[in-house]
Amino acid sequence: MVRILRKIKSAAVNPLKSSQPLGAAFAFLGVEGAMPLFHGGQGCTSFALVLFVRHFKEAIPLQTTAMDEVATILGGADHLEEAILNLKTRTKPKLIGVCTTALVETRGEDCASDIANVKLKHVEELAGTEVVLANTPDFDGAIEEGWAKAVAAMIEGITRSGARTRQPKKIAILPGCNLTVADVEHLRDMVESFGLRPVILPDVSGSLDGTVPDRWVTTTYGGTSVEEIRELGTAVQCIVIGEHMRRPAKVLHGLTGVPFAVFQSLTGLRAADRFISLLSAVSGAAVPARVRRHRAQLEDALLDGHFHFGGKKIAIAAEPDQLYQLATFFTGMGCDIAAAVTTTDMSKILQKVPAEWVQIGDLGDLEALAAGADLLVTHSHGRQASRRLGIPLMRVGFPIFDRLGSQHKLRILYRGTRDLIFDVANIFQANQHAPTPEALDPFRKREMPDELRSSPLTRH
Amino acid sequence: MTSLSAKIQDVFDEPACDNNRGKDAKARKEGCSKPLTPGAAAGGCAFDGAKIVLQPITDVAHLVHAPLACEGNSWDNRGTASSGPTLWRTSFTTDLTELDVVMGQGERKLFRAIREIKETYAPPAVFVYLTCVTALIGDDIEAVCKRAAEKFGLAVVPINAPGLAGSKNLGNKLAAEALLDHVIGTVEPDDAGPYDINILGEFNLSGEFWLVKPLLDRLGIRVRACIPGDARYIDVASAHRAQAAMLVCSSALINLARKMEERWDIPFFEGSFYGITDTSEALRNIAELLVRKGADPEILDRTDTLIAEQEAIAWKKLEAYRPRLQGKRVLLNTGGVKSWSVVHALMEIGMEIVGTSVKKSTVEDKERIKRILKDENHMFEQMTARDLYAMLSKHKADIMLSGGRTQFIALKAKTPWLDINQERQHPYAGYDGMVELVRQIDLAIHNPIWGQVREPAPWDCQLALEDDPASTKNGTATVNAFNEFAGATAHHFGDR
Repeated sequence: MVRILRKIKSAAVNPLKSSQPLGAAFAFLGVEGAMPLFHGGQGCTSFALVLFVRHFKEAIPLQTTAMDEVATILGGADHLEEAILNLKTRTKPKLIGVCTTALVETRGEDCASDIANVKLKHVEELAGTEVVLANTPDFDGAIEEGWAKAVAAMIEGITRSGARTRQPKKIAILPGCNLTVADVEHLRDMVESFGLRPVILPDVSGSLDGTVPDRWVTTTYGGTSVEEIRELGTAVQCIVIGEHMRRPAKVLHGLTGVPFAVFQSLTGLRAADRFISLLSAVSGAAVPARVRRHRAQLEDALLDGHFHFGGKKIAIAAEPDQLYQLATFFTGMGCDIAAAVTTTDMSKILQKVPAEWVQIGDLGDLEALAAGADLLVTHSHGRQASRRLGIPLMRVGFPIFDRLGSQHKLRILYRGTRDLIFDVANIFQANQHAPTPEALDPFRKREMPDELRSSPLTRH
Repeated sequence: MTSLSAKIQDVFDEPACDNNRGKDAKARKEGCSKPLTPGAAAGGCAFDGAKIVLQPITDVAHLVHAPLACEGNSWDNRGTASSGPTLWRTSFTTDLTELDVVMGQGERKLFRAIREIKETYAPPAVFVYLTCVTALIGDDIEAVCKRAAEKFGLAVVPINAPGLAGSKNLGNKLAAEALLDHVIGTVEPDDAGPYDINILGEFNLSGEFWLVKPLLDRLGIRVRACIPGDARYIDVASAHRAQAAMLVCSSALINLARKMEERWDIPFFEGSFYGITDTSEALRNIAELLVRKGADPEILDRTDTLIAEQEAIAWKKLEAYRPRLQGKRVLLNTGGVKSWSVVHALMEIGMEIVGTSVKKSTVEDKERIKRILKDENHMFEQMTARDLYAMLSKHKADIMLSGGRTQFIALKAKTPWLDINQERQHPYAGYDGMVELVRQIDLAIHNPIWGQVREPAPWDCQLALEDDPASTKNGTATVNAFNEFAGATAHHFGDR
């Protein structure tokens, strides 16, 4: 049983979280021709925008209803209407994804009925543009929750309901926000290699993959099409990656009856095996030779890599599903999880994290708990802690603003796990301490067995 | 909020501002904030602006009283540099939850947060930032700060600039007001001297003020406080004992400069450290102001000597770039502080300005641009992303200098680009900074990638010649084609 340690501090020190509306916008960015819209102040939007740009090194479509003092007092419905109509005229998006913020949620605005009114009032003007709403106040949740809410909102608002004729080769995939562009690309290839046709929602590999379009596009330039979202109900099977995507899958199931299978992680040999077996069962096709080859490469990577992992102490701070993905990977390689910090206590996956305890908190907590660890694993903001503690940092998740190419790092299935092993082993090798007479002196203060692994719980 | 409204009225009525002086009474009352268009707005909020101004004070704990997004999405994101303390880069926020908001626990949580910071970090001061949600639920941060200051015996400064109050620029000014109300003049220095100056509105981006400070040191001028770049709390608190001040980023902190002049008789001038002639002029102005306040006039000669020596070196270094940069066309697309002496220096080494935005320029600025550019058509208020992309993709400029907002327009149009706004990686101030800027322009324009990315993929060129090569060719033809290609390859990559 994992102990969940709740936050007791009043001052969050070096936040781990990014906000919930940012997570929702992120999901909308995986849809073709989309324009996420923050219903809040211009600062809410500009901070999220700047963070996206720093992470992706791309122009990011993201707009604001620009709530000012007057609108905050009188209500933001007019601003919302004006923003939707302006966006429609200026950028002709196929989807406007409205994400609420703490500002309008604290006011208690009924944004759903505001949007319904706008749609009713401007039927013709808004023809060809879907408008969906994700209620994502900043004072609740983090990226995962926002991402999942946006996907659920798109399915609820766009997908045609009712039992449909199933297309036997069509697979709906709902990936969690911890999957990179490379992960999603690889996932598609893998599913296709079994003769199946995947529809992935959201599909950041089409929109945030860093390409150079031959014209200036003001919305997203790729991703899942609105038409594909509408026809999601004809899939024969839905595959969910990450516990936080269970709810959107349930929504899809409720609307259309598409059955779903949840994979809490696709990293590691066993998880990949389970996934490949499912594809093989659904398609009736044998596992392709290329995939068998990948599996053998991973076996070899496990053999070559495990020398570097055994007994290492890892301190991880990440959103719940990514924490689970990485913690199971590291313990699967023989490491110990010295500290596990996450953003919210809302996820059921936390109970499965292979650690004695999980702290709900921030990077200040990570820094306090990680002393003596061999590796810090978190996003770029962990760089200060890494420097102060003298412990190397592996950057994962969002945001990664001080390294290039984070979206092209493959972390799932056989090849992604193989790459992950190599990347981590290389960090360990680069930070190896050369033997010194002092460190090896048998008369130095030795740790006795009962001191060896003092429980980190004693800190609290 | 009434006191906040009064403050906003006050900062909008800025007698030292040229724009404001040109307005009639009614227009002045309306203030300078333009209403934003929902769905077509850009830029940060007042809180953002306040934090930008205050955060570089390095030994202060900056505590943001808000739900997560205000701080969580924005911390540790600016390139100002510190020569000592790093506390300013540690992020503090009350991270209000739904329960805190609903139960009205904001003030208590804030008070406890201040205590935790005091106990763990013992900073000389805590700055507490009010934000939209905490303003909306009516948290009285001034009262909490006052109580915390008494209880914990340290300076706790309320920064009353919630995002909904207005723009980033307004936030800059409200931050200055907070310094005037709560910080400046609270500590008496024991070492005030006749050569003490303040530099206001200098952010020390990429450490660039350190390219200038040695020049002042050489002249025996002491920077009492540089606000905010690389400042310590005590420097700011005792800044009222300087003899003179230079205002660097005028639109941001003009109220600070003017009120310090009114309250403590610290005369100021507006200047810039960007460009060679501007740097020289700034040094000369500083010396003159100090003399006016009673310093020994011999400093004027020493200043002139230093300027002559430094200018000669800088121009000599710049001259080396002429052969590589002569005739290159520059597009200036920045609304922020633009130093005409930078433009002057670029033109001096033969570069051509093919366009400049005049969005934030004064009438005087525009006249100057007309004289420099000879062609008014090169001035534009603001270009849409699409127009800018169209212009750049036709290669009508060899490089664009701008801020991060338009970075990807240039890059996607495969045009060299250099950041000259706050996110930039290189220091550009002073004489050496100007040389660095030109060096960076040279590096950007002449990077070998441009030749590669602008060429279409080879098969896209060949498609025009052959309709469907794969299906029409028999085996022999394929072999022939391969030989041809191999030959071409050898030719291309052989002796060169």
